[in-house]
Amino acid sequence: MKNKAATDKAAESAQPLKTGAQCVIDGLVAAGCDVLFGYPGGAVLDIFNCLYDAPFQFVLVRHEQGAVHMADGYARATGKPGCCLVTSGPGATNTVTGLATAYMDGIPLVCICGQVALNMIGNDAFQEADVMGITRPVTKHNFLVRDADELPGIIAQAFYIATTGKPGPVVIDLPKSVQKQKTAALPPEHVSMRAYHPDVVANPADIAKFAEMINHAARPLLYVGGGAINGDASEALAALAHKANIPVCTTLMALGVFSEDDPLALRMVGMHGSVAANYAVDHCDLLISAGARFDDRVTGKITAFASRAAIVHIDIDRSSIGKSVRTDLGVQGYVKPVLEAVLPLVKQAEHAEWIEQVDRWKTRFPFVYPGQDGVIMPQSVIEQIYAVSKGKAVITTDVGQHQMWATQYFRYTRPRNFISSGGLGTMGFGLPACIGAQFGRRDELVVCITGDGGVQMNFQELVVAVEHKLPIVVVIINNGFLGMVRQWQELFYSRRYSGVMLSQHNRAPNENIDDAPAYLPDFVKMAEAHGACACRVTKPEEVAPALAKAFESRKTWVIECIVSPEANVFPMIPPGAHVAEMINRTV
Amino acid sequence: MTHIINCLVENQPGVLARIVGLISGRGYNIETLNVGPTADPTVSKMTIVVPGDAHIIEQVTHQLSKQINVIEVVNMTNRRHLNREIILVRVATTNYASRAEIVDLASLFMARVVAVQEDSVTIQMVGNQETVSDFLRLLTPFEIIDISRSGVIAVDREVIEHNGAK
Repeated sequence: MKNKAATDKAAESAQPLKTGAQCVIDGLVAAGCDVLFGYPGGAVLDIFNCLYDAPFQFVLVRHEQGAVHMADGYARATGKPGCCLVTSGPGATNTVTGLATAYMDGIPLVCICGQVALNMIGNDAFQEADVMGITRPVTKHNFLVRDADELPGIIAQAFYIATTGKPGPVVIDLPKSVQKQKTAALPPEHVSMRAYHPDVVANPADIAKFAEMINHAARPLLYVGGGAINGDASEALAALAHKANIPVCTTLMALGVFSEDDPLALRMVGMHGSVAANYAVDHCDLLISAGARFDDRVTGKITAFASRAAIVHIDIDRSSIGKSVRTDLGVQGYVKPVLEAVLPLVKQAEHAEWIEQVDRWKTRFPFVYPGQDGVIMPQSVIEQIYAVSKGKAVITTDVGQHQMWATQYFRYTRPRNFISSGGLGTMGFGLPACIGAQFGRRDELVVCITGDGGVQMNFQELVVAVEHKLPIVVVIINNGFLGMVRQWQELFYSRRYSGVMLSQHNRAPNENIDDAPAYLPDFVKMAEAHGACACRVTKPEEVAPALAKAFESRKTWVIECIVSPEANVFPMIPPGAHVAEMINRTV
Repeated sequence: MTHIINCLVENQPGVLARIVGLISGRGYNIETLNVGPTADPTVSKMTIVVPGDAHIIEQVTHQLSKQINVIEVVNMTNRRHLNREIILVRVATTNYASRAEIVDLASLFMARVVAVQEDSVTIQMVGNQETVSDFLRLLTPFEIIDISRSGVIAVDREVIEHNGAK
């Protein structure tokens, strides 16, 4: 109502009014947007008209899913909210996978979707879809804007919701008529919302009890998740771990939040995590979960998970505490202030016996893989990316075997250097996320480790990297299979390989497709057709020189590595199983 | 066991769909759902009856609280409260004897006959969850032609501390 009055007043005094479309640009600028990923269409033409003069960069993607993954990769690499803009109907529905990916992993982004004019909504108009209904379960919140007077406030609220509490994607569904409507409404100076109060301060009594539990523990273990990266808790985490000598394992989402070079690091926990991390969970007497959510890929058999331990669960999301496992102490709050608050109450400790035990596991069970003469092992490609980049590359991945090898054979020492779809497990994420990450961190080496399956799901975005001269390096671990599915079929379905063969270079001669090239598709030709530099390596000794050449060139590169077709990811705790059932074939 | 959850929400389009979608999307059931305005025109109250054990109800409560448009969530079942439901039930009467029996039963529950037809009577009954289910159980020997239930509504009988937190 206030805004309405402002519009009337402005109209009387003949102040210049802004269109809803211009409010979008101004709202993005106010939120600090420096790059917007998107795709035009009929229902967003007014916004694109204003974009022509916008002070930030617009990146034209080739598929709307790519736009959301780029905004997501940008957000994960920088900690700032990602921004994307798409048209109504199919433009908006194409964002759903990207939104669900960001929602599962708690990634802040704002996605503005055009919508048909207000008077057409519900009419089955051209390119109309019920975007509010479709995106509601895959977003933290969504807005349908009915009046341009509300728009500046809604944009500010969208960024506020996306970036506070447990972050997440927010959709603004913006009808074309509202984009054209004029308003004098201004954005609020402070966003405050009646029913949304995300900044919870942990209860001091809980902190005191937490400290007491640490001080009494003989075998404490920190189990750290993506919330610690979202909440910038690296330093607070290291301080606590070092003061009380607590070993640290992380989830996929938290790789690098605690340096994997640190003697206390046990690296990743869960289905394909390190033996030491999983044994430590099984043997600890205090498990401190910091910003992790006990995903089934971490816990395996939930009733047997950390069965000897008291469990403390720190999470900003109250609904996460106690959702999957029994919790002895739930502390609702951001990870960083909670760890900072408990630090002075925690006594210095050695835990010598425990640390010794954990170190024995680390020494005895490193990540190892069998070699094959003259054949590139997929794990060795990751090791060489690590070696050639001196561990400095920012890594993005798709989903599957290569993703797990990327966690095992690269050591992450800084947060936001490993970017991967954890919760949703979205194939097609790696390449666009890599592009988004490079837009956010222009001077760093950003490498997409992907598979021959995942890369084909959004290959079209490669042209965006070429267009913007992004020096990303895409390393395709090509085993000719949908490798992780094949691995499960090998281990749990009697080797009945069903629907997993991608290329034909592994096929028996009688199964070959006549006249088709050996490598199908030919990724080198595909990359070159998109304007990128490309090469194929088939011998172990070719890998490092190819990587070195690509890393030094500062050009867009695709390196296809033809690797051993049936290598498996070990260790592996079968789904729903206990750590004692771990499979670890190293020869 | 079933729980009665009172949920104060911002009175905005789409909020009902959001709440219902959340509960069904996470695999929980809704037994009854009642929505109405409150003294504050910008706030609506939803009363949701959800079956489930304590763990499920705790999850439902936290998930509801997390929604951006949800102001307050209270599990009434854990508190001193009053709950009521209104039902309209049309029962077949094949002869005078059964009509008299039905009217007699209704009067025991302080229910009112609100319509009489040649072949049926319609009874309006108000009561708490327990009384309504008792009444319906005792009606089972008769032929129920139609039934409409409002869903449970509930008010708190404890002093609510309004500290603004969800």
